[in-house]
Order: sequence, then structure tokens, then C-alpha cells
Amino acid sequence: MEEFALTKIVNHHGTEREKLMPILQEIVDKQSYLSDDDMVKVANALQLSAAEVYGTASFYSFLPTQKRGIYVIRVCKSIIARMKGSQEVLQAISDQLNLKPGETTADGLFSLEEVNDIGWSDHEPAMLINDKVYTDLTPEKATRIISKYLEQASQSKLSFNPTQN
Amino acid sequence: METLTNNSTLRKTDLIFGREHDTLSLLKEALQREKDEIINELIESGLRGRGGAGFPTGLKWKFAKSAPGNEKYIVCNADEGEPGTFKDRIILEKAADKVFAGMALGGYVTGARHGIIYLRGEYSWMRNSLLLKIDDMNTAFKQLGLDFILEIRMGSGAYVCGEETALIESMEGKRGEPRNKPPFPVAKGFNNKPTIVNNVETLVYALLISHLGAAAFAAFGTEQSAGTKLFSVSGDTPQAGVYELELGMKLSDFVAEFGDGDTKAVQVGGASGFCVPRRKFDQTIIGFEGIPTGGSMMLFNSHRSMYHVLHNYLEFFVEESCGQCSPCRVGCQQLLLGIEAIKARKKPASYLKELIRIADTMRLASKCGLGQSVGNAFDSIVEEFKEEIIY
Repeated sequence: MEEFALTKIVNHHGTEREKLMPILQEIVDKQSYLSDDDMVKVANALQLSAAEVYGTASFYSFLPTQKRGIYVIRVCKSIIARMKGSQEVLQAISDQLNLKPGETTADGLFSLEEVNDIGWSDHEPAMLINDKVYTDLTPEKATRIISKYLEQASQSKLSFNPTQN
Repeated sequence: METLTNNSTLRKTDLIFGREHDTLSLLKEALQREKDEIINELIESGLRGRGGAGFPTGLKWKFAKSAPGNEKYIVCNADEGEPGTFKDRIILEKAADKVFAGMALGGYVTGARHGIIYLRGEYSWMRNSLLLKIDDMNTAFKQLGLDFILEIRMGSGAYVCGEETALIESMEGKRGEPRNKPPFPVAKGFNNKPTIVNNVETLVYALLISHLGAAAFAAFGTEQSAGTKLFSVSGDTPQAGVYELELGMKLSDFVAEFGDGDTKAVQVGGASGFCVPRRKFDQTIIGFEGIPTGGSMMLFNSHRSMYHVLHNYLEFFVEESCGQCSPCRVGCQQLLLGIEAIKARKKPASYLKELIRIADTMRLASKCGLGQSVGNAFDSIVEEFKEEIIY
């Protein structure tokens, strides 16, 4: 992340240790993951060691330290989700994007993950795409949702040049 | 207000969602009362923490009030991550104002001037609408002359942060690893200041009890499990959803109401709770005298493999164990590997006994509730559904 953008985030939250999570969360909101460089800069700003910042970040599944897609798809894999057909939903998305769970598409648009209970056992299968939630999924419904994201991305020419990363 | 069906012990109530309360007038009314009077009302009501652990709420507030210092915090634990629970989601969608007013009441009683809602990262979709409501509430607190301010902190996808000391570590910008207790948060919590951590649902009941009175609340439930509670009902049921029910019901009555006619087992209390097989439905009481629960009720019918259920829970614990203490870190992995080895015939059926010993050791030696409760589901599923685990 650019120095300027990062400084703005840190200034907004403040430099006390208790502001570390909100700072890391906002960086992830803006660029989907925490680069080594960002963590070092945050550490310097908060007068922490880089290891402390990495230690915190690496504890949380929503604070990835490896590059991820602009859209992170998180399909719930709780027992209730499985009973209601989450694996078929996952397979449909996986086929559509040619993407296995844990991977990111070559254009840097999508990451696919399976996650623990997201709090929708009354409407499984369910998934999160960034901070939007989709419930009562079928493979068809999930595919339609992903198509909309693809459409939206192509209209706004959202994509990363993989060679730059 | 309540429905009574034949001889059933199951009573549906609607204290939390049923009536349109003017939340601010409830708060205003409570602020007229003596602080100790409210604490005594809560103690008399028998209200116990609704997240599952069941600590008496009135006592927690009393300890926090008597803790020295001017800087205190009240934290709403909205990190509901237990598999099969979603009641806090519904409360925050439909009755967030009551949660916030409950926090303000706790602040008034204990001297905390700062309220923090720790909202799980999986619920970030509701963050903006909660922020708007919080702005209104903070303005209202000022108008009431109450020195109290609310804010939201987000979690980032770690189940263990539902444990109150892990939650506090997380708010301090650290790994969500539970602390040694004592000291308890009411003595040394967030930033080492006295901190009350209450579940979302508990805060709403605290506000309602200050209005209705202890007796009206204790009229529901049993001696050990006073009042009502929200239950998250899911799985093989035609009516998945959140229901407020009187505590102390028989599981058989619950299944008669919510089952699909073919219920084989109910997992009471989520992955960290207990599995009850059909033949024990009739003798199982839902409450602190029987099986206590944060409200997750997962129903399984006879088409379900309890091996898959247990395997799913163990995978969950392997991923969510914070790794700080070895009984939990190693134990979760060994239990999962163990049942896989038995299923694959690489270990004899008698190996299950070894695994139960591991689970029992975890119960004794793990640092926090996560590791201590893995054995609940493990022992109960293995003992009741041995054939399904082995063959």
C-alpha cells in the first residue's frame, strides 16, 4: 500500500497498541491482504516490532498475510451447511472460476475459501463475498451471483496484472 | 404472551422481541433507581450469562461496581461463533437498541463510561447499520445526562475470541490467546482496567429485568435456570430459526415441537456442547440443572452419519484452537487423526478408549473453555454412536 494511504489510515485510528486491529482491518478492507512491507510500516508507526504485528495478523483468518483476490468468497462448511448442500455450492463456484479452495484466480479477482460457521445455520448454504452475505444458496443461485461479480469487474476493468505481483 | 401445549414443558415466550418497548424510556426509568437496587434485582432474578457459561449477571455487575478505579469498560460479546448459533445476529438485527441500552445500564450501575461492542468479522455486513444506531444512542445518552459512550470493534474470524479474556487480548491488538484466570476481567480486563463482558442476549434481559422486576423474570424457568432464553434451532427441522423458550424444558418436548419426526440426536450447545441420542430425550432437561447451552440446538435425523458430525466438529476445533496450550493444540489433532484411523481400520476399535482418555485429559488440563469442552461432544457422540464411529 502506498505510504500516503497507509499514513492516512494510521492517523485516523491513532498509534496506541489497541488500534492495531482496526488499522490492519482497514488495510485488508482496502487491498485485501497485508504485505510484509505494510506490516513493517505499521510496526514503525505504532512503535512495535514487526514480529508483534505479524504475530497478531497471522492469528486471524480474516487478516491474510498472503496476496488474495479483490473478492474473497467464503463458503460456510459447518455441519449444518454440509447437510444443506454447501459442497455442491462450493463445487459449482469452483468449476465456474476454475479455482480450488485456498487459491486465487490468475487475474487477482477472486479467492475461494471454506470457513467455519458464519452465523446463518437457519439459511444454509451461505457464503460471504467480502462483507456481503448470501444465503439459501443452490449451485445455480451461487453461479448467478458470481456471474454478477464477473460482469461488474469487467465493466470497471478491475483486474490485477499478475506479473506485477 | 405465552403458549402452552398440553402437558409439554415447552413454552414459547416473547420477552425480547414480542413487545414494542420504548427502549429509551426503559433506560430512563432504570436510571432513576439506586444502583444497588438494580444489582439486587438482577441477583434475585437469577439471570445467568446467556452465552453459555452461565455466570450470575448480577454478581458480575456487583464485582465490577466494587472494583476500584475510575476507568472501567463494559463489553458486549457479539463474537457468536459457536456452530449452530445465530441468535445474537437476530437480536442485533431486530433489537440492537435494547442491547445498547442494556450496556448503558451496566455502565450506570458499575461506573463504566465506555461501552464496546466486539462484533465478529463474519457479521461485518451489519456494521454500518449498527454504527448509525450507535450514533443515535450516543446522542440520546447525552440528552439523558448519562456519561457513557459506545463504539464497535471488529473481530477477524477467530472463534476463540468469544472467550472473554481472548476477546480482551484481541481488543488490545494482540493474538486472541486466553489469559490465565484469576485475575478475572471484572478486576483486570481491557487495558488492565475493570471490564464487564456480557453476552448480547444477557444485556437485553438485564434491561428488561430492571423494568419487569426480578419476580416476573423468575416466574419463568426453574430454580437453577430462571427465566427464558433464545434458542437457535437448525439442522433437520422444518422450522429453523430463533425461538425464545422457557428454560428447564425436557428435550423430548423440544423435539416434539421442532423435530421432523425422525430425530435421531440433538447436539445441545454447539460443537462444544453435548450430543443427546433419542433414547435420552425424555430424561434430558435443558438448563443449568441438566445440559446448559448458549442456545445452539442442532437436530439430526436418521439419515445423518454421526461420524461425519463428529469429524466436522473436530476439524473445526483443530482450526480454531489457538495453539497456546498443548493439551488443546495436540489433543484436537490427535482426536481427529484417531477417529480417521479407526474408520480406515488402521487402528482397532479399542483405540477409542485411548481417545476418550485424551479428551478427558483435555478437559482437565486445557487452559480455556475451548479445549476443556472438546470432550463434551467427543465423549457423548462416541459413547452413544460407537457403531457409527467404528464402522
